Amino acid sequence: MSKVEERKSEFEAKLKTYVGLPDGPVTVGRDPVNETMIRHWCEAMGDTNPVYVDAAAALAHGFEGLVAPPTMLQAWILPGYEMHDRSTMQSENKQLELHSLFDAEGYTGVVATNTEQEYTRYLRPGEEVHAETHIESISEQKTTGLGVGYFIVTRTLFTNQEGDDLGWMTFRVLKFRPSQPAAAADAEAAPAKPSRIKSPRGFDNAWWWEGIDEGRLLIQACNDCGALRHPPRPVCGACHSSEWGSIEASGRGTVHSYTVLYHPPIPGYDLPLPVALVDLEEGTRVVANLKGVPPDEIEIGMPVQCRVEDADETMKLPFFHPAAD
Amino acid sequence: MERSLHNQAVIVGIGQTEFTKNSGRSELALAAECVKNAIDDAGLSPADIDGMSAFTLDNTDEIELARTLGIPQLTFWGRIPYGGGAAVGIVHQAAMAVATGAAKYVVGYRALNGRSGQRYSMGVSGDIVTSDLVHWGYYMPSGLLTPASWVAMFTQRYLYETGCTSEDLGRVAVATRKHAVNNPNAFYHGRELTLEDHQSSRMIADPLRLYDCCQETDGGCAFVVTTPERARDMQQPGAVIRGIAQGSTDDQEQMTSFYRDRIATLPEMDLVAKQVYAMSGLGPEDVEAAVIYDAFTSIVLFQLEAFGFCKPGEAKDFIKDGALEVGGRLPSNTHGGQLSEAYIHGINGVNEGVRLVRGTSVNQPEKNDCVLVTAGVGVPTSAMILGKLD
Repeated sequence: MSKVEERKSEFEAKLKTYVGLPDGPVTVGRDPVNETMIRHWCEAMGDTNPVYVDAAAALAHGFEGLVAPPTMLQAWILPGYEMHDRSTMQSENKQLELHSLFDAEGYTGVVATNTEQEYTRYLRPGEEVHAETHIESISEQKTTGLGVGYFIVTRTLFTNQEGDDLGWMTFRVLKFRPSQPAAAADAEAAPAKPSRIKSPRGFDNAWWWEGIDEGRLLIQACNDCGALRHPPRPVCGACHSSEWGSIEASGRGTVHSYTVLYHPPIPGYDLPLPVALVDLEEGTRVVANLKGVPPDEIEIGMPVQCRVEDADETMKLPFFHPAAD
Repeated sequence: MERSLHNQAVIVGIGQTEFTKNSGRSELALAAECVKNAIDDAGLSPADIDGMSAFTLDNTDEIELARTLGIPQLTFWGRIPYGGGAAVGIVHQAAMAVATGAAKYVVGYRALNGRSGQRYSMGVSGDIVTSDLVHWGYYMPSGLLTPASWVAMFTQRYLYETGCTSEDLGRVAVATRKHAVNNPNAFYHGRELTLEDHQSSRMIADPLRLYDCCQETDGGCAFVVTTPERARDMQQPGAVIRGIAQGSTDDQEQMTSFYRDRIATLPEMDLVAKQVYAMSGLGPEDVEAAVIYDAFTSIVLFQLEAFGFCKPGEAKDFIKDGALEVGGRLPSNTHGGQLSEAYIHGINGVNEGVRLVRGTSVNQPEKNDCVLVTAGVGVPTSAMILGKLD
């Protein structure tokens, strides 16, 4: 067994000792069931059933008086705002102890996943609600979308001051190791719109892209024989000289061929997207997007003019427009 | 006397996996299955294999494959770059290896999860790290990222220069589909295609529509090559290589040879055709059936011209009246091609070429002693003529 497996197995053995334990002493609701809290609950929930607020209506429906909405069952025992401050909670609470154990092992995330409740009967004003909670189960290690973790299920049994059964609740939480907190933070900071794919820049091509950055469409020119070449290469194919410079293209040209892209969608590119292969008047060709002409009006041979423009927020590119534009 | 590979090597076994859209298996598993099937077909055992030939694009290492199949010794291996252009290139490697004695039995293979894994249709991206990334950098920013987009650029010019139309491209798709309908291994088995279906299919990259584009497939194909002397004693009728060649020409780029005087031609395939005919002593009039690499419909027309079945610009006229169908002048892609059977980077075409020579195609033409098989275009490419071993 590896060190990692050993540690995990020790940890899980420790977890098992918590299963079946009560999470603390019996909780008693701070207030007995009362008409004021019932009315506030119904107002907040928009529950207009008269049996909760109108004694006469409750009698008419066969109750002995006002009753509480059954779904309030857990509300009667909640500790209120102080729940946010753990130090005010019972120090011997086993559930908190268990959570600390998880935290220490890196399972710092917690999320409530689901709860089930069953109500035995309606509660009446004056009844005290008692609740006793046990840690019912702890799952095997699970891999979830949030991260690797364990599901903890607690079961709470509700009774009144005389021990009458009022109902029960199970509550399930996931304690997990957050999988990619950094990535999530990045995603929030990332711009909404992806940018186009950029060319890598190396010895042979960086200067050409830097020209575009500066708004200039350059053509590589051999220093010895003067031959123009595009795309750039480190050596002249005509005279084999490796001495070269560049000239700036006028941007005037004609469409040699083109396509209009419809599918597949590519993040950062708006479709349909016309792309042209343009014969520059200097004699070389270049590939760039066409603008200012509907796809069905593009023609081979049409005169076009280059303008270097922003392609998105991150880069400039050459674009060709109809020459008369 | 000039040396050549004429009649120096024979394909003696072929194998494949099933073709699917989601194999649920590793590419190594696919490679192992198709290679084993090819070895079985040849009547050999893995221990007989001592050479391997593959695409640089293939993700399965020779040695992983050897360990997987229990191939104890390799004395030769070689890889060919440039995507589908390697389809016959890897046969060429195998043929050279057996002809020179570098190996006795060479297996060539291509296995890919081309639909469930990396899809070529989704294009190149900034994430790829290759020596030609700088080259792709001139096209990626403007959106030319997919094979369809690159081929569309020279197809558009071809239509402009020749008067060929989208309907003419559709005729290639329809003829090819007719063959797939009869092929139980084909994706489009039993499913016909009409010219109207083609014309109403959605535009991918103008002028290429959906049905101008090939399949994307999970699967593998393999073949075994040896010398004629060994082949004569083996269980399958041999498909002898009468002529085989590779070619790359002036101002070649990978898929974007846009800077030549004329972009609506395939000078690299012209070079290959010239060599294949010279080596075999055959000409276009001798070719009885063909497997023409069909990643896209338009490139079939380009190749008909490159191999001299018609004059430049006249392929649209050549294919009218069913020339590419069984019973036509040049029964082609009788398996359904990559348009309609499967896209195994042309190796399913190599295997169909062998079946044509054996007489076992599901769409078997009568004459089958001179079968042309070609590889991907727009890249440095390759082709061969197969015939019956004497």
